[in-house]
Amino acid sequence: MLSQMCLAIPGKITSISGDEGLMRVGKIDFGGIQKEANLACVPEAKVGDYVIVHVGFAISRLEEAEANEVFEYLRQMEELSELQPVGPDDPSSGGPDRSAGAV
Amino acid sequence: MKYLDEYRDAEAAHRFAREIARITTRPWAIMEICGGQTHAIVKFGIDELLPKEVTLIHGPGCPVCVTSLEMIDKALDIAARPEVIFCSFGDMLRVPGSTTDLLAVKAAGGDVRIVYSPMDALKLAGPNPGKEVVFFGVGFETTAPATAMAVRQAAHEGLKNFSMLVSHVLVPPAIESLLSAPDCRVQGFLAAGHVCAVMGYEEYLPIAARHRVPIVVTGFEPLDILHGILMVLRQLETGRAEVENQYTRAVRKQGNLPARQLIREVFRVVPRKWRGIGQIAQSGLGLNDDYKAFDAEIKFGVAELRVEEPSECLSGLVLQGKLKPRECPAFGSRCTPEHPLGATMVSSEGACAAYYRYRREPAPAAAG
Repeated sequence: MLSQMCLAIPGKITSISGDEGLMRVGKIDFGGIQKEANLACVPEAKVGDYVIVHVGFAISRLEEAEANEVFEYLRQMEELSELQPVGPDDPSSGGPDRSAGAV
Repeated sequence: MKYLDEYRDAEAAHRFAREIARITTRPWAIMEICGGQTHAIVKFGIDELLPKEVTLIHGPGCPVCVTSLEMIDKALDIAARPEVIFCSFGDMLRVPGSTTDLLAVKAAGGDVRIVYSPMDALKLAGPNPGKEVVFFGVGFETTAPATAMAVRQAAHEGLKNFSMLVSHVLVPPAIESLLSAPDCRVQGFLAAGHVCAVMGYEEYLPIAARHRVPIVVTGFEPLDILHGILMVLRQLETGRAEVENQYTRAVRKQGNLPARQLIREVFRVVPRKWRGIGQIAQSGLGLNDDYKAFDAEIKFGVAELRVEEPSECLSGLVLQGKLKPRECPAFGSRCTPEHPLGATMVSSEGACAAYYRYRREPAPAAAG
């Protein structure tokens, strides 16, 4: 999977070396597979952080604080749906008239 | 593994699927742009969790698949030269050109090497002063910072024997082009999370407003994709057409500013031919004048090469969401990953290859 250009999965920074700035390089652990990645574009990233790496280049540091958003959404969604049970056949749940091909 | 396993939880996926079924009142067609998302959708059977009203259309977001035949032929021309070490991502080696592919050039004695990163290609230039090292720079905005860094570093080191065949493509002009087609069926988009991790999502705001389509920046794990689909459907069902961000753990509105700065420094926006689709204005990145010395098209005199695409491969229709892979008469018979007619069957992100790997049984219509 890591040989592919775009199928990027998160990896954990285990060490950082190289110059500060453009040639800053980290060792990244992808579930047991170690790879090097350039960290020039994630200057804020530290050892222990998770980054998204594309073709040897970290393009994003994952935000721990945002990581639970999907589950938070799921929880709120279910609380709401318990309050307002609307079936798929309910005619009152109106939407825009945008049939296929209208775009 | 952290940030991975929890987003593949089957029970949570079914909870999202139930909510999607609950709010869906009519047929909707949603396109996932990115080939990585297509791969996940087919692999995990996400489309099969959705109510029958919701159709997922697989988009053109596979860089291997959309690299033009002309560009592949340019690569083959350069790679076959005796003085050249030609470096490419592995995905590109079996993409068919007009008469051959890079793997065949390698078998015939060409020095074609698979690299993981453009920086690996750059490292070959110094130790091989008698050779011309050429990197095949394909990809969307996600790989552009790495390509830009390699060129910048080559300039910094004053390397004369390193160049790039640049075939970078951009997502927003492709969305614009799809939406402008008269027979476009797409009513909402999952924007590619990692493209937006680099570029941010401000450039999608005018597209959503102009074409009245919801666009949701979406991640790559099953729960991300289901969450993104739900967010698009909520907009569609309530008549909204906004840009929203599902993938907040990796994507900021402004994107990655150092990466964008690197791209701006090295590249300019150029017209680009897309395989199976044709030319799209302002849809590619090419080296700007400051870095012209590293342009392999100029260095090897192939810039003027023009190639028309043959007709049996229907990947253009697949890439625009007008045909499902299994509806192609050549799928699985005259076209397989071992003997591909087109790039969508080669790349692991290509829709045809994903269907071949996970959905090989014939479609009901073809079974009788």
